[in-house]
Amino acid sequence: MSWLINSSIGRKLIMSVSGIVLVLFLLFHLSMNVAAVFSAEAYNTICSLLGSNWYAVAATAVLAAIIALHFTYATLLTLQNRKARGSNRYTVSARPKGVSWASQNMFVIGLIVCGFFILHLSQFWYNMMFTEVLGHEEATLCDGTTIGTTDGAAFIEYYFSHLWVVVAYLIWYTALWFHLTHGIWSAFKLSGGTMRYGSNDGKLSPTFWLRSSSSASPE
Amino acid sequence: MDKNINIKVKIWRQRSPKEKGFFETYNLENISQGSSFLEMLDILNEKLINEGKEPVVFDHDCREGICGMCSLYINGHPHGPDEDVTTCQLHMRKFHDGETITVEPWRSAGFPVIRDLMVNRSAFDEIMQAGGYVSVNTGGVPDANSTPIAKDKAEMAMDAAACIGCGACVATCKNGSAMLFVSAKVSQLALLPQGRIEAARRAKAMVAKMDELGFGNCTNTGACEQECPKSISITNIARLNREFLSAKFKD
Repeated sequence: MSWLINSSIGRKLIMSVSGIVLVLFLLFHLSMNVAAVFSAEAYNTICSLLGSNWYAVAATAVLAAIIALHFTYATLLTLQNRKARGSNRYTVSARPKGVSWASQNMFVIGLIVCGFFILHLSQFWYNMMFTEVLGHEEATLCDGTTIGTTDGAAFIEYYFSHLWVVVAYLIWYTALWFHLTHGIWSAFKLSGGTMRYGSNDGKLSPTFWLRSSSSASPE
Repeated sequence: MDKNINIKVKIWRQRSPKEKGFFETYNLENISQGSSFLEMLDILNEKLINEGKEPVVFDHDCREGICGMCSLYINGHPHGPDEDVTTCQLHMRKFHDGETITVEPWRSAGFPVIRDLMVNRSAFDEIMQAGGYVSVNTGGVPDANSTPIAKDKAEMAMDAAACIGCGACVATCKNGSAMLFVSAKVSQLALLPQGRIEAARRAKAMVAKMDELGFGNCTNTGACEQECPKSISITNIARLNREFLSAKFKD
């Protein structure tokens, strides 16, 4: 299996598969957060179901490993690609029509996503799962407020009452949107999906999924 | 209507692969907009020779858009601002009076500059030698329909075979990747029964050679497809990924 590391397509497969796993995690996370919109009680039930139970901690460890893999390969590929571009840069270069901005700036957008991800972990994961793993039942925040580690709804209410947090999360979602519009499309392209009839501008259309599955095989 | 224009051309000069290059700007007067871009360079070279200066070195051959010899990165686009044409088919009517036109060589680690605007594209030949062929002599032209081939496949193979190997895809790719070229060469054979037999071996060998020669990793930006003078589709890249991955998983 050394071709996974030694060939360009193998390395891209690692990026694509780890990326798809992270997208699936985001969908899982999203489906839980939706509960908080309707009922604080329901959301807290989910929080206590996960908490610091062994399966939640194990899944977090796997997730951390996948994020590390995705990040390491992103860095490696970016460095290799810069080297392949050569030491002399073009004096005049233009982005061709039909090439999305996101597709040419995936690494930078990824760094923005990572930055806010650290903020998000420090606000929620650190005070919820990590504090509970350490054996505490309540987390003390920087202004002295104490919130129970499984009271997720209270954490949401506390943090999103600060305007800067709301703005920060909106920036995060925008960056994530651009990263995923190219990322998901590219991952499908890599694993052999094709957009034979559509435009190749990296936008996801509802019919894309059908097209990518129906034209996946040349036979 | 075509008229005569006065232009400035800012051209990359580099005496040898090792020496440092620099830009030099030349004034050209009364250039007919009906002339081609390469004819404009011919006029410039004639002028330089008459002045006792070194002419600008650039690649060209058939001048009808089929040999893949011409290159040039003109105003930020490989083969210039026009769509779906090679540099030799680009006309001066795409430029206006008083314009400064920047002309650079392909810049990529895989294509080192030989001199001025001429780059060494023999890396593409090496990739072809690694597997871009059918190993047996398939004989003369067979009778029509003696080997039935579905129309859509025949068309996709022909579209892939339109690749002239000019290297615009590598030149425009922010990753310096040669995937569009390699995928077109793999596709034109993999889609037809004569080439299908060796498809797996071919995909593995050509990708290995491409990686070995220092081309970058494709990230599906699609710039290659947009700038390709022959409109080779990145669907071919998806096909190459599939050929390569299924061959590796079978091993």
